[in-house]
Amino acid sequence: MSRGNRTAYIVFVALIILFPLLFGGSSYTISIGLFAGINALVAIGLSILMGYAGQISLGQAGFYGIGAYVSAILSTKYGMPVVPSLAAAMVTASCASVFLAIPALRLKGHYLAVATLGFGEIVHVALNEWGPGGPSGFGDIPHFSVFGYTFTTANEYFYLVWGIVAVVMIFSFNLINSRIGRAFRAIHDSELASNAMGVDVADLKVKVFILSALYAALAGGLYAHYITFISPGNFTLFYSVLVLMMVVVGGINNLWGAVIGSIFITVLPELLRKFEEFDVLAYGLILTLSLLFFRKGVVPLITEKLKKRSM
Amino acid sequence: MKRARKFLAIFFAVFFVVGALTTVYAKEPYKIGAVFAVTGPASFLGEPEKNTTLMLKDQINAAGGINGTPIEIIIEDSKSDETQAVLAAKKLLEKDNVLAIIGPSTTGESMALVPIMNAAKTPLISCAAGAGITQPVKERYWIFKTPQYDVSAVEAIYTHMKKQKISKIGIVSISTGFGDAGRKALLDMAPKYGMTIVADERYGPKDSDMTTQLTKIKAAGAQAVINWSVGPGQVVVTKNWAALKMGIPLYQSHGWGSKKNIELAGKAAEGVIAPLGRLVVWDKLHDTHPQKALLKKYSRDYEAKFKGEPGTFGGHAYDSLMMVVEALKKVGPDKKKIRDYIETKIKKWPGTGGIFNMSPQDHCGLDKTAFEMVVVKNGDWEILK
Amino acid sequence: MTVFLQFLFSGLTIGAVYAMVGLGFNIIYNATSIINLAQGEFVVIGGLVMWFFIESVKLPFLVSLVLTLLTTGVVALLMERLTIKPLKKTDLLLMIMITVAVSIVLRGLLMFKFGKEPYVYAPFTEGEPLQIYGAIIQQQTLWIIGITCCCIVLIYLFFSRTLLGKAMRACAVNPTAAKLVGINVERMVMISFVLSAIMGAIAGVAITPISLMEYDKGPMLAVKGFSAAIMGGLGRGRGSVIGGFIIGILESMTAGYLHSGLKDAVALIILLAVLFFRPAGLFGSKAMLQLRKF
Repeated sequence: MSRGNRTAYIVFVALIILFPLLFGGSSYTISIGLFAGINALVAIGLSILMGYAGQISLGQAGFYGIGAYVSAILSTKYGMPVVPSLAAAMVTASCASVFLAIPALRLKGHYLAVATLGFGEIVHVALNEWGPGGPSGFGDIPHFSVFGYTFTTANEYFYLVWGIVAVVMIFSFNLINSRIGRAFRAIHDSELASNAMGVDVADLKVKVFILSALYAALAGGLYAHYITFISPGNFTLFYSVLVLMMVVVGGINNLWGAVIGSIFITVLPELLRKFEEFDVLAYGLILTLSLLFFRKGVVPLITEKLKKRSM
Repeated sequence: MKRARKFLAIFFAVFFVVGALTTVYAKEPYKIGAVFAVTGPASFLGEPEKNTTLMLKDQINAAGGINGTPIEIIIEDSKSDETQAVLAAKKLLEKDNVLAIIGPSTTGESMALVPIMNAAKTPLISCAAGAGITQPVKERYWIFKTPQYDVSAVEAIYTHMKKQKISKIGIVSISTGFGDAGRKALLDMAPKYGMTIVADERYGPKDSDMTTQLTKIKAAGAQAVINWSVGPGQVVVTKNWAALKMGIPLYQSHGWGSKKNIELAGKAAEGVIAPLGRLVVWDKLHDTHPQKALLKKYSRDYEAKFKGEPGTFGGHAYDSLMMVVEALKKVGPDKKKIRDYIETKIKKWPGTGGIFNMSPQDHCGLDKTAFEMVVVKNGDWEILK
Repeated sequence: MTVFLQFLFSGLTIGAVYAMVGLGFNIIYNATSIINLAQGEFVVIGGLVMWFFIESVKLPFLVSLVLTLLTTGVVALLMERLTIKPLKKTDLLLMIMITVAVSIVLRGLLMFKFGKEPYVYAPFTEGEPLQIYGAIIQQQTLWIIGITCCCIVLIYLFFSRTLLGKAMRACAVNPTAAKLVGINVERMVMISFVLSAIMGAIAGVAITPISLMEYDKGPMLAVKGFSAAIMGGLGRGRGSVIGGFIIGILESMTAGYLHSGLKDAVALIILLAVLFFRPAGLFGSKAMLQLRKF
């Protein structure tokens, strides 16, 4: 990791530890924080897919939903313990992503976006039609538990979710700075050149899809085991677009952008609560303005300013 | 001049003293929380619920509050989303320290709140209909609901159909929580009333045309068709049914109870039958009916203030809030006492949804007698005998 | 036979709306290579604003129609000037996101002005529906299909026969070259937005008497219309129209002969199949696909 990133990471971990200590009294504030963390997981996966490998996805909600439903069904209807259920959910999502990735490989730009959109919608229809409880959803999903310890309170979940985010960040940074990561970036810049250099473009594209699906499924499972009740309405195109917004607003070409973006987009509706019926309008306006003025995303804006300062 | 100044001085002194006294002794208002789907797909529920709540709050406070204490109702918008409902409830419980929460508007959101309200030992009086909200009752100690069970509406329809010697029916429902719950109830209750369901069709919330589904139902030999949805879907199905000249009666769910639907469907609505809460037909009730007076007042007040009818859904908020208000009046600001009061003392209680009989075994308190079978005649409601 | 025809008519009705939305997508794409995900909102604006002029202000039909199209055109103009132009097509992704953000703003404004209830007004002509082999087809349905076909023909003529239309096509293929030959690229972009919005508005005006209009019907129409455009081959107006009718009919047939709960999925599955096996669309060409910027 570069020096800048290492400092950022240390600050990040410190903030994670401090947050519940400062605000732990309010389950409300902590819950917002942990939902932001869950969204961050999905956003990080998407960020790698888009920013580094240059692929678009409008269907992350599909993987998120698969993760939530599979983990919930296995632990509720079949009595499996949570961690294996979650693992099975992630495996299911990666299989689904392979089915999507292989044909989608040949598509680019708009067409790829539409294919992923179609995938997300198909998952939604399937959940609505065949998921337990159908459109009404189902509940009694057990809380996350590992080695006999059950996470029940918001504080515990906060640490769990953001702890996982922190681990995933390290893994992702290492990935980006490894040979595979450089190969990803090469694909992004020019598939033709990468192919000519011996990079197995097709293989890597599938791998990166699988990675984003894994992250999203993990997030979905964590969501299900926290809120204990899920329905297909949570896993729609709207959510896929939301995650996309998080990545774009935060800044596509870096992982911190995904984190900051998801915090911003998760917290924003809470801040807009007082506007009641205007909140949809306010939300849309803020998004439009951020896209117009923070074109590269919020994080690069800040890092550039910091660079200028230190010069 | 000197006298006038003295007079003024005394006047202001008295004014300030009284002001100070009343400030010092000003009653801390009773805080009640509300979570409604004011925006989002379920806003047709949340908006009248919110309006009703605000209107009642003003009326109660204008009359001096509860035993002299004003009430403060903090309404949060769940945007028809479970995650947001959870956040809203947590905020109300922790930041606002509410004594009880009314709402949410949908079954999914209510289910998500069940563990939170039980953990916070605070009463929840939901405005959603799902049976799972209040059952199994031993795991729903703090949870109540005011809308009728979907099963009750279904039973009212089937009872009427039996009288008409109808036994083969086709059902068409919307693929949302509301439609799905109704569909399940229709399927469950069919054997008990000797109904055979020859066609079971679905459509989406934003679909524009249901002639295909209706054509299938007719082709399957149905003697009547039941549509289970709320929102524009009801109107589209009605218009399609009329255009197709299906020749078999159309029954709607209790979501049909709004004059707007008749207005939008126009002539197509003639002859449509539905089990409706008495709120929409209060003017056709006998004067001695226990619900008539409150329905009349609520309906008139709402129309005057918001220029539209409250509809069944606004009424759910009325019932939820007034139960809490009555409990507060009788037992004061204690969460457990409020819960106990609602569970044991709400008996033969006239509300907008029906006459409630809460009990430790039934945290809803309504059955199929809460409905009147109503038909649309000459653009208006008419109660079927 | 009756049953089949009934399914067909139902499919044609909604297919016509999808076709118009797809056509709108294509117009903008042809001139700018941008996919405007706010396309669905233009349909909604058309329906709701028409209601406003006909029922609220009580103007005569034709006057209301003209005013509605004008209003929608102005909205599109503002959208283009305020959000598309400043970005100067930097990044595909950013453009898509901006159109999504604008669609949220438009929905918010519509909700503010019209609330969440549905609106309806009288069909263009009142009268008994027609009967063909026992299947009913309403007069308004005939209007919808007729208007759609007219629009298709007019748009085709516009793009292939008029100078303006050809200029717009030139911009999408190579804006620099277009500028060099003296085409005002910026104005072409603006016109494409306005034209596309008018297409959407016409669809909205035509469908409302049958299926009502609410503030949030936009996104679903956008997805289906976009699928129609992709299925027909992006950039080919005729293709998207046929694609729209195909999707509409497929939905209806699936609901009719298979299971009505799956009808949305079928259109999507067919879409994915087209993408995977014939990405240029049913009528597109592979060569054109490679040439395009996006």
